Amino acid sequence: MSTFVLLTITGLGLGAMYFLVASGLSLIYGLMGVLNFAHGAFLTVGAYATWFTESKLGGISSVTLRFLLASLVGLAVGALFAALVELVLIRPLYLRHIEQVLVTVGLSLAMVALVQGIWGNDARLYAVPNWFRETTHVGGATIPNDRWLDIGAAVLVLAGLKAFLRYTRYGLVIRAGVENRAMVTALGIDVRKAFTLVFAIGGLAAALAGILSGVYFTEVDPGRGTSLLIFAFIVVVIGGLGSLTGSAVASVVVGLSQQYVNYYSSGVGDLSVVLLLALVLLARPATLAGRTA
Amino acid sequence: MSGLLEIRDLHVFLGESHVLQGVSFDVPEGGITALLGRNGVGKTTTLRAVLGLVPRRGSIRLAGAAIERDPTHKIVQSGLGYVPEDRDVFAGLTVEENLRLAERNGAARYDLVYELFPELKERARQRAGTLSGGQQQMVAIARALLNPNRLLLIDEPTKGLAPALVSDVAHVLERVAEAETALLVEQSLGVVRRLARSIIVLDQGRVVHTGAAADLDDEALVHRLLGVGHAA
Repeated sequence: MSTFVLLTITGLGLGAMYFLVASGLSLIYGLMGVLNFAHGAFLTVGAYATWFTESKLGGISSVTLRFLLASLVGLAVGALFAALVELVLIRPLYLRHIEQVLVTVGLSLAMVALVQGIWGNDARLYAVPNWFRETTHVGGATIPNDRWLDIGAAVLVLAGLKAFLRYTRYGLVIRAGVENRAMVTALGIDVRKAFTLVFAIGGLAAALAGILSGVYFTEVDPGRGTSLLIFAFIVVVIGGLGSLTGSAVASVVVGLSQQYVNYYSSGVGDLSVVLLLALVLLARPATLAGRTA
Repeated sequence: MSGLLEIRDLHVFLGESHVLQGVSFDVPEGGITALLGRNGVGKTTTLRAVLGLVPRRGSIRLAGAAIERDPTHKIVQSGLGYVPEDRDVFAGLTVEENLRLAERNGAARYDLVYELFPELKERARQRAGTLSGGQQQMVAIARALLNPNRLLLIDEPTKGLAPALVSDVAHVLERVAEAETALLVEQSLGVVRRLARSIIVLDQGRVVHTGAAADLDDEALVHRLLGVGHAA
């Protein structure tokens, strides 16, 4: 029983990180039709900005304060970087989908190479508050505390994004834009501002995933963004392109599947996720959000 | 002759197809001008070209100001209202959200919209995707009327509606035409005769006739230009 509880909480923690990456991917695709292969770079930039800032704050004795300040910098850098990518690289390529794919794939590869060139291939250790490394006993299982952080952050981001989309003018524009971008402009709305904002929000969430992955894996390496992005793409396809709720549900399904199958079937968790994706694509059902994959 | 909207030598290519082939016409200020023609002659494309929703070449002036280089949202903000052919309401948004989205310049005319379409007030919290075709058309027209406009572009507002609703929509457009200028694409000649002051007829991407709405009383002309009988 305790093993099952541990697997469940760990799977939810992993799913939380997938959701943080997938939420931005899904909104960006839903609104702009851009398959953003550079999304993993936002994660990497946020994670490294946090690690780098933390390493420069040696004058502050409190690890918790250092981590919080560094995380704020990491989040801001992730959001700004994403907004810049939209303004400089994506905006000139609206409706040119092949070029968008080439540019975002190129940027993704370039960012990994850039990080490797500056800080090397070796993983960098994350200094985090002690509480994250401690454990909590639940249902007979010993749960690392950072899992609660992952789950809590994802729930907050989901609730925050839902509230933003529902109660703000920009949220209204984004929801309408996901349905029919041309008609939004035909109502006199400059939808490009919403594009930049969605990229910034996506970058912020991805940077948060990068920071949390640093806590989860205790370190960050240049390939982190790429590896998490693959699963985030799977989540987005299973959950329904453009659907936030679908992505949240699919993240939980993917995270739990990985953990359960890894443990009970000798480490083929990743394969199970790919099989799950294949089943969804083959069956072509309405996905979890009611849209086709 | 000059007008509120002046279009000169307008060309639109959609893929391999040369849809508009040098269209030129004026829409005079006040009342409704009907843009007529058989299916596929470029009426909807003309409206979309004015709005910048399709790539085009040529000169478009609204109240004397060139707008052909402006992005769509700027063109609309300069005083254009648009009712698209297929309504294009946002199905996942409520009626109230559809209207709120259309607000611009803080001058939303909810009183007018709810006076014309009281049913929309009752259905404010209903998702637009669950409305009937007629109710969706009300939302589409209300969205365009929410703001004061220099010019309304209205594309087949009675398409697919029951006869009783066609009459209701025509009545609303009659009210609208008292205060605003409109360029109306409409298949029903009955509605056109009731509403329009002037007509422009397109054929194969070119203007083939401009004149007063009374020209539609000439059965031979109607048959030649539109391929339909007088009673249509």
